[in-house]
Amino acid sequence: MTRFRWLVPTLYILFLMLPIYGLLAMSFKTTNEILGGFSLFPQVFTVDSYVKILTDSTWYSGYINSIIYVVVNTLVSVLFALPAAYAFSRYRFLGDKHLFFWLLTNRMAPPAVFALPFLQLYSAMGLFDTHVAVALSHCLFNIPLAVWILEGFMSGVPKQIDETAYIDGYSFPKFFTRIFMPLIASGIGVTAFFCFMFSWVELLLAKTLTSVAAKPIAAVMTRTASTSGYELGLLAAAGVLTIIPGAIVIYFVRNYIAKGFALGRV
Amino acid sequence: MGKTWNNRAWFMVLPVLIIVALNAIVPLMTVVNYSVQDTFGDNVFFFEGARWFREVMSSERFLSSLGRQFTFTAIILAIEIPLGVAVALAMPRRGFWASVCLVLMALPLLIPWNVVGAMWNIFALPDIGLLGYTINHMGIDYNFTNQPISAWVTVVLMDVWHWTSLVVLLAYAGLQSIDDAYYQAAHIDGASRWSVFRYIQLPKMKHVLTIAFLLRFMDSFMIFTEPFVLTGGGPGNTTTFLSIDLVKAALGEFNLGSAAAMSIIYFLMTLLVCWLFYTYTMKGEQK
Repeated sequence: MTRFRWLVPTLYILFLMLPIYGLLAMSFKTTNEILGGFSLFPQVFTVDSYVKILTDSTWYSGYINSIIYVVVNTLVSVLFALPAAYAFSRYRFLGDKHLFFWLLTNRMAPPAVFALPFLQLYSAMGLFDTHVAVALSHCLFNIPLAVWILEGFMSGVPKQIDETAYIDGYSFPKFFTRIFMPLIASGIGVTAFFCFMFSWVELLLAKTLTSVAAKPIAAVMTRTASTSGYELGLLAAAGVLTIIPGAIVIYFVRNYIAKGFALGRV
Repeated sequence: MGKTWNNRAWFMVLPVLIIVALNAIVPLMTVVNYSVQDTFGDNVFFFEGARWFREVMSSERFLSSLGRQFTFTAIILAIEIPLGVAVALAMPRRGFWASVCLVLMALPLLIPWNVVGAMWNIFALPDIGLLGYTINHMGIDYNFTNQPISAWVTVVLMDVWHWTSLVVLLAYAGLQSIDDAYYQAAHIDGASRWSVFRYIQLPKMKHVLTIAFLLRFMDSFMIFTEPFVLTGGGPGNTTTFLSIDLVKAALGEFNLGSAAAMSIIYFLMTLLVCWLFYTYTMKGEQK
């Protein structure tokens, strides 16, 4: 029985890859072929869809916009969460437990509830249709997540290390950047990965808060699906290209990803 | 717990507090405002008290989308948790193939949610999609755009595809923390495969599986984009879950009062689950 154990993950991965393969195959077909009927492989292999996306600025600017707000959000989330997570993992202070709980509730808040108020809030601040607006709004769920994961990793570092460093005459900022941060480097990497991931996949808020100048790739795709007929090949190619950034960042954190999903608490 | 009491730690938390409060409290108060007021336009609002809440709580529409939501969440939990554990148990524990499995399995988690919906839409189309075409060729009449059952099967299958890997990764992380000595001891005692699972692996996975269960519960409760792109809530209303119903009411019909009241009820439900989650993880800390 153990000899066939590899079958389970193999079949599971096969199941995961099938829809992705469908998308990939479709992105290399011409629109006529797609609408003409089902075929497992492209009959006429074409890269036209990709060429169009990479040369037409309305398309590729969608990717650039998405990447800008995702990167800004990841930086802000990690930088703000680092000191807060340290405070939660090392100190007790007035209302700490309530605060931590309140932060968590924001990770659980359904974005659909917040879409309309967010639109009003960011319009009132004059930030509508900017990358900053999307990056800030994604902080709603990414900062709590970042604090949570980092706190888990930081609690795994013995407190004696802090105390020894202070006795050795390190100031807090120097201790934090020179000694503590390298110790939890994998935790910081995983946190950044998670912030990147959740900002990259979230589109309801990103779409609500932008119109032209900071339009994310998802909005460009929706527009194509509705206005210029139904260019499935183009849509499929755009979809394939949205998978690539994720695949790249996964590769870098592959050894820590499981621990990260357990929020650093295994 | 060995933590020092230090109120100056507030300064370290302050930046996070400000930025999250901006995003959480202002919009939440807007929603609360809408939920107790009504308007005839021109930005003139007047107080309505609990009317919207009474209306929503007794409306057929809200109760049926709530019912669909619970059914959906129950189904996907019943599939994803056992499947995830089974896959994690069968995975190679370390080495090259373990990395390959992790990377490939994490892939669906990183695809933007509207692309997941679009991908499954294409995949399941009966005439041109791989899945839809295959099923119809096996002689089963399947069309998710006009058959409620097919639509449900497709939405559930899509969620299993999208999120089972989260359970796998969590269970895998739990299994990794088991020392080899446990397995050796079990081997010497001649323990069966089942008792190794029941008395060694399952207890060690209890903590991560609770995290998985609650995360999946909460996330499936706020599912919006994927089913919206896949089926648009249809055919009819058969796959209209809570979030979809809410967005339809707020942005589609501009029925702000009842949408806001729905939001608050919805939010209180997630808050309850969140509290259970919090008390559990904190209990785990203290042991």
